[in-house]
Amino acid sequence: MPHANALYGPLDPAPDAGYENPPPRMGFFTDTSVCIGCKACEVACKEWNGVPESGLDLLGMSYDNTGALTANSWRHVAFVEQPRSVGWATPAFEGDPDGPAISPVTAAVGARTSTDTGTDPGLPTGSPAAAARMSGGPEFLGMPGAQPPGRGSGAEGRTDFRWLMMSDVCKHCTHAACLDVCPTGSLFRTEFGTVVVQEDICNGCGYCISACPYGVIDQRKDDGRAWKCTLCYDRLGVGMTPACAQACPTESIQYGELDELRERAAARVAKLHERGVPEARLYGHDPNDGVGGDGAFFLLLDEPEVYGLPPDPIVTTRDLPAMWKRAGLAAMTMAVAAAVSFLGRRR
Amino acid sequence: MAEAHPVGFQWVMEAKRRGAKVFHVDPRFTRTSALADSYLPIRAGTDIALLGGVVRYILDNELDFREYVVAYTNAATIVTEEYADTEDMHGLFSGFNDDNATYDQASWRYEGHSQNRTTRDSETQRETAAGLENESHGAPVGGETERDETLQHPRCVYQILKRHFARYTPEMVERVCGIPQEKFFELARAWTENSGRDRTGMLVYSVGWTQHSVGVQYIRTGAIIQLLLGNVGRPGGGVMALRGHASIQGSTDIPTLFNLLPGYLPMPHHANHPTLDEWVNSIAHPGQKGFWGNARTYGVNLLKAYWGDAATADNDYCYGYMPRMTGDHGTYQQVLDMIDGKIKGYFLLGQNPAVGSAHGRAQRLGMANLDWLVVRDLFMIESATFWQNAPEIETGEIVPERCRTEVFFLPAASHVEKEGTFTQTQRLLQWREKAVEPPGDARSELWFFYHLGRVIRERLATSTKPRDRALLDLAWDYPTHGPTAEPSAEAVLREINGYDVATGRPLASFTEMKDDGTTVGGCWIYTGVYADGVNQAARRKPGSEQSLVAPEWGWAWPANRRILYNRASADPDGNPWSERKRYVWWDADKSEWTGYDVPDFEKTKPPSYRPAHDASGVAGIAGDDPFILQGDGKGWLYAPTGVLDGPMPTHYEPVESPVRNPLYRQQANPTRKVYTHPINTLNPSPPQEHSQVFPYVFTVSRLTEHHTAGGMSRTVSPLAELQPEMFVEVSPELAALRGLSHLGWAHLVTSRAAVEAKVLVTDRVTPLRVDGRIIHQLWLPYHFGYEGLVTGDSANDLFGITLDPNVLIQESKVGTCDVRPGPRPRGQDLVDLVIDYRRRSGNLVHRYPPMVTTDVADSSSDQEA
Amino acid sequence: MTRGGEQLTVPPADFASYYGRPVLKPPVWKYDIAGYLFTGGLAAGSALIGAGAQLTGRPALRTVGRWTALGGVAASTYLLVHDLGRPARFHHMLRVAKVTSPMSVGTWILAAFGPMAGVAAVAELAPLLPQHGVLGLARRIAPPIGNVAGLAAAATAPALATYTGVLLADTAVPSWHDAYPSLPFVFAGSALAAASGVGLIAAPAAETAPLRRLALAAAAIEFGGGHQLERQGLTSEPYTHGRSGRLVKAGRVLLAVGAATALLSRRSRVLAAISGAALVASSVATRFGVFEAGRVSARDPKYTVVPQRERLNENRSVTRL
Repeated sequence: MPHANALYGPLDPAPDAGYENPPPRMGFFTDTSVCIGCKACEVACKEWNGVPESGLDLLGMSYDNTGALTANSWRHVAFVEQPRSVGWATPAFEGDPDGPAISPVTAAVGARTSTDTGTDPGLPTGSPAAAARMSGGPEFLGMPGAQPPGRGSGAEGRTDFRWLMMSDVCKHCTHAACLDVCPTGSLFRTEFGTVVVQEDICNGCGYCISACPYGVIDQRKDDGRAWKCTLCYDRLGVGMTPACAQACPTESIQYGELDELRERAAARVAKLHERGVPEARLYGHDPNDGVGGDGAFFLLLDEPEVYGLPPDPIVTTRDLPAMWKRAGLAAMTMAVAAAVSFLGRRR
Repeated sequence: MAEAHPVGFQWVMEAKRRGAKVFHVDPRFTRTSALADSYLPIRAGTDIALLGGVVRYILDNELDFREYVVAYTNAATIVTEEYADTEDMHGLFSGFNDDNATYDQASWRYEGHSQNRTTRDSETQRETAAGLENESHGAPVGGETERDETLQHPRCVYQILKRHFARYTPEMVERVCGIPQEKFFELARAWTENSGRDRTGMLVYSVGWTQHSVGVQYIRTGAIIQLLLGNVGRPGGGVMALRGHASIQGSTDIPTLFNLLPGYLPMPHHANHPTLDEWVNSIAHPGQKGFWGNARTYGVNLLKAYWGDAATADNDYCYGYMPRMTGDHGTYQQVLDMIDGKIKGYFLLGQNPAVGSAHGRAQRLGMANLDWLVVRDLFMIESATFWQNAPEIETGEIVPERCRTEVFFLPAASHVEKEGTFTQTQRLLQWREKAVEPPGDARSELWFFYHLGRVIRERLATSTKPRDRALLDLAWDYPTHGPTAEPSAEAVLREINGYDVATGRPLASFTEMKDDGTTVGGCWIYTGVYADGVNQAARRKPGSEQSLVAPEWGWAWPANRRILYNRASADPDGNPWSERKRYVWWDADKSEWTGYDVPDFEKTKPPSYRPAHDASGVAGIAGDDPFILQGDGKGWLYAPTGVLDGPMPTHYEPVESPVRNPLYRQQANPTRKVYTHPINTLNPSPPQEHSQVFPYVFTVSRLTEHHTAGGMSRTVSPLAELQPEMFVEVSPELAALRGLSHLGWAHLVTSRAAVEAKVLVTDRVTPLRVDGRIIHQLWLPYHFGYEGLVTGDSANDLFGITLDPNVLIQESKVGTCDVRPGPRPRGQDLVDLVIDYRRRSGNLVHRYPPMVTTDVADSSSDQEA
Repeated sequence: MTRGGEQLTVPPADFASYYGRPVLKPPVWKYDIAGYLFTGGLAAGSALIGAGAQLTGRPALRTVGRWTALGGVAASTYLLVHDLGRPARFHHMLRVAKVTSPMSVGTWILAAFGPMAGVAAVAELAPLLPQHGVLGLARRIAPPIGNVAGLAAAATAPALATYTGVLLADTAVPSWHDAYPSLPFVFAGSALAAASGVGLIAAPAAETAPLRRLALAAAAIEFGGGHQLERQGLTSEPYTHGRSGRLVKAGRVLLAVGAATALLSRRSRVLAAISGAALVASSVATRFGVFEAGRVSARDPKYTVVPQRERLNENRSVTRL
């Protein structure tokens, strides 16, 4: 008897997948307010999981030369430079020459770069306008200054500055579209509630890649299979912490029981609000969201899309019953149309 | 710190979580700045002006921790009236000798003291980087001083300090550093408000402070602030030096330096230390207070560790075998000697000077002029392949077919492929096990040296030549194990710790050492690390299972003490300054010092103890003198001797600067170490003419993603891909000025080299308003070279060679340059470009900036040329 | 900032995305899959035509229908396997049957349809067999087997033609997902159009009367079910603009032309062929257009961010009320 929320809504995924008395659901809480962008998570992940190289080009996206989560990068540290206040700090460049900020412009340049990640689709180029908006913040309304930067003074001074960093990873959704749509059973739900690809099963159909609302899972070009974070399933099984969380020096990546992490995260947000960082918010923590809550959720300091995250993702399979209904109706229509056509006059 | 020491930065984040305020001062906005509560952009090379401003702020507003300052520092000590300050002498102190650009330190002495007691003149001290000896103890002075504890005497240190820093006003800080006054006040207020009885503040620095021609004085200024605020010897206080590599602390404790022996014993100098007695007395200074009175013991134990049974009282414990210094044998002098053909062979062990040292071209040309070179490294690094891949091949300066250097490349075991200790900045020794066997022929350093010694000794076994006795008499008998005959690292640790010769019992403390040859000890400060025959460095009790001090994690020298001079965490009477900052205190009931840490004081010496008039050594230290390795038991706000460029820090401009020193007529450190050699060309600085040819300031440092010269990171794909290309960071303003575009090419030019890099235009770099003008700064990582998975020009090629006089460290954190769009020229065009810049800067014929600058020089520099 | 002396100007954007990069991973499916959408639909439609012809006594049309169905399904299988990252593992599709995976459902539909279509088509070879002996026996029993198989194939054909709508819609690809009510109808219509087109070209005029009606029905279904494609808000844009928009539009025009021409083609083989070609081309254009529209919508973060952002803002304003 499938759970009423089998496709959508709050759910404990491991029992739903058939595990009896599974261990508590495990996950990540990534607190970007303490991330120092050291990328130890990226390196530890690659070392532990034997993930191949993902391109040797300078991307000009601040200090991000990885670009995105791909089959060859299961952790990705995002870097965003913005002429905005960070909340906890006094203005960085107060009293220094403050012409217009260049961050939106360099971000726009960074949008057009690429590198061969060895994966497909890997790292497609982006829209310079959206990149500029990312770096400019919500107040930014387009072209940063009609004159060369550094010449004018203008209202858009760059007194304030912040450098956002965030380690992105597979979200291990409660309702994981990748898993739902996988036609081979290669993707499966573990007893810890995480989502893992079995590399000996995957035949590279690519369906999971289009289904993921976060753009996480990706295909390796040379081997054709889909790869992503396993939340170090092999380590979890023997009671170890995933490599990235183990390597994180500032406890930006926290690993643990999801329920406990959610409490910790709520307390952290409250504390940041208290300390004058009103833009701190959680992302992916809510079991009532479009994917039933993420197994890996985040504390962000800006809108999700600034970090490359969808603002309000909904698992596509929420609508699957309706889709099948429409398909059935269409199929019937088709059959009737054929029948009627042949039942008509002979000429 | 987040950028270069991300693992250590976890403690900063932990402190921040508990409410600490974090300030970050850096020429560019880094990953550390991103997490700091306040970021102060600064002009590279002006930190003394900023810190001096803080000193003045403290003194002017009387915000010092007065009780601490009076009791524990030399603030009350009176200085001789011969002393004259930079205030009166345009930036020079009294005693300057024009002939050799050194100070005679006699006039800096305390009132009532005779000449200071060093046996070496200042020039020899500079040649031998004598300042390094003071890593573990202050320079020698007599214990008896004249004091005015009201701090009113015009010649007491407090008043001298006040006058010396009087001109370091907030306005001056702004003029020199480019730091706006509001920012300065924010820093000064936070620092002072968070120091005192209930609170402490910590200062953390790294090579951004040390690698300057006046680097030692940077740290001195920081130490003065910390002493004034009572932040030394107390929990949450101190001056924390972040080291440049794993175990750099270890490699000064048991040094890889030409001028030091283990435990900061000076390397004997041929002229000054002909005999054992003269050597140990030069360290102990008979009659002086403090623990260095036992120098003979430490020296004899070291010699016994070297020569074992052969070392006896009759032969002065083989002191005669010790090599002697004859002058400057530092790395830069050696490179110039290689170029000049004076050095024929060279060992490089885990070092990559072709990329990592200042003036890369000099480094490579030097190595290309050797007979042989041994390179032991994990990967085929630039210093092993310079003869075929150096940029000098393209310019024709090195011709592979004619380069006569025979390079022996020996693969080395990495830190996970061998056992041993790391000593980190807290002096904490941590043992690490071997995780995997080294691949192929790769071997540990220990294996290499042990077997090299063994083979040499076997070759010489039949020699009767006296010169070979030193080798043949060595105690060279370490147990080995395994198929490769790897020597036992624990056996070495045991020898370093020391043991009783008769019984073999490991010593528990250096106080058990004898000076009669009955004990052996390879490094006196490490004694105790193998106490009870247990490898104390291998202890790994989790922090959660022990006290906050965590004494059972690893082992810290000396005596497993985690905070040095922690007697200062109690007031003069021995009570904690406050409950909040309780750490070590006097337990009157038990009549002993106790606390969370090992007290850095004689355990039963009461706070009320006062030494007899003629007491010396440890007995000369009073019960309220926490600084037990100082000759007078006090923390030094003012250094009456031992610091070669002045008793107090003074802001001098970097040797290459676009700015005329706004504080004094004296432009740069007058005692800096200068190498006049045709290859060592320097850019002109004011008051010299043509400094505008190199109008911009550049600085270099590290990226989290790479390690030093890149030998361990550009060769490994998970790291190489994270920062795959050489780049330069410029402000949007400079980009507009020079036509540089994001991700386009640019090249930087100095009178040594031109280096190309991809441009990152970023808001993280700002121009500064300095002395009424705009100063632009550029930043580059220095990780790149021509080998590895990712390659690029080396930033260190841009630097010339100028050293700090105290420790002979190079000024490789600041220089001047020009920047132009596009890639640099190739081949002969590159040589022509650099020559053209030298011609335009009036430096075609060699010309060095004058050591002492006068205002007259502004107009007459042409005549000097 | 200047690049090569020129001012680099950035137009205003009403949304942000990390360096403007796509939030989603654009589908990795190659044009194989667009081709499959066409061949699968063609096979399904043709199986229906084959069965209709069988039941109404139009042997030539039956043969054309059955052979086209087989050809379509064979091409489909090839295209599907070829598109896999690991073609040698195509059989892993048969490890499980998952109703949450339209691809799994489709695999099983195809597995049911394919052999039936094959048998039905092969049965058409019966007249070529000798009259006597074992093969003679086969010659006699093949037609009834073919008839059963043909009807079985036809029974699964509507599912084959329409599940692909779910296949595309059950993704995070904005223009596909949002089009889930329309896609099965568009694909059903397109399948019928393609199959009628082939029939009009290949079958004798005497037997193609149902096809002309079917072409009209195809147009009605596709237009009726598909007009929503252009009316689903921002994610409609790829269906109306750019290359994908032009393809969809071309599909519509060709369908209209094909259906209209079919009505006029009763006496003209030439017109019938033109009509057939237009119908086939229409189906090809529609399939590639829809396929491309999805890729465009996943490739541009606008289609991901803006609708989600609007939805969030609406929810927020509702909450505030």
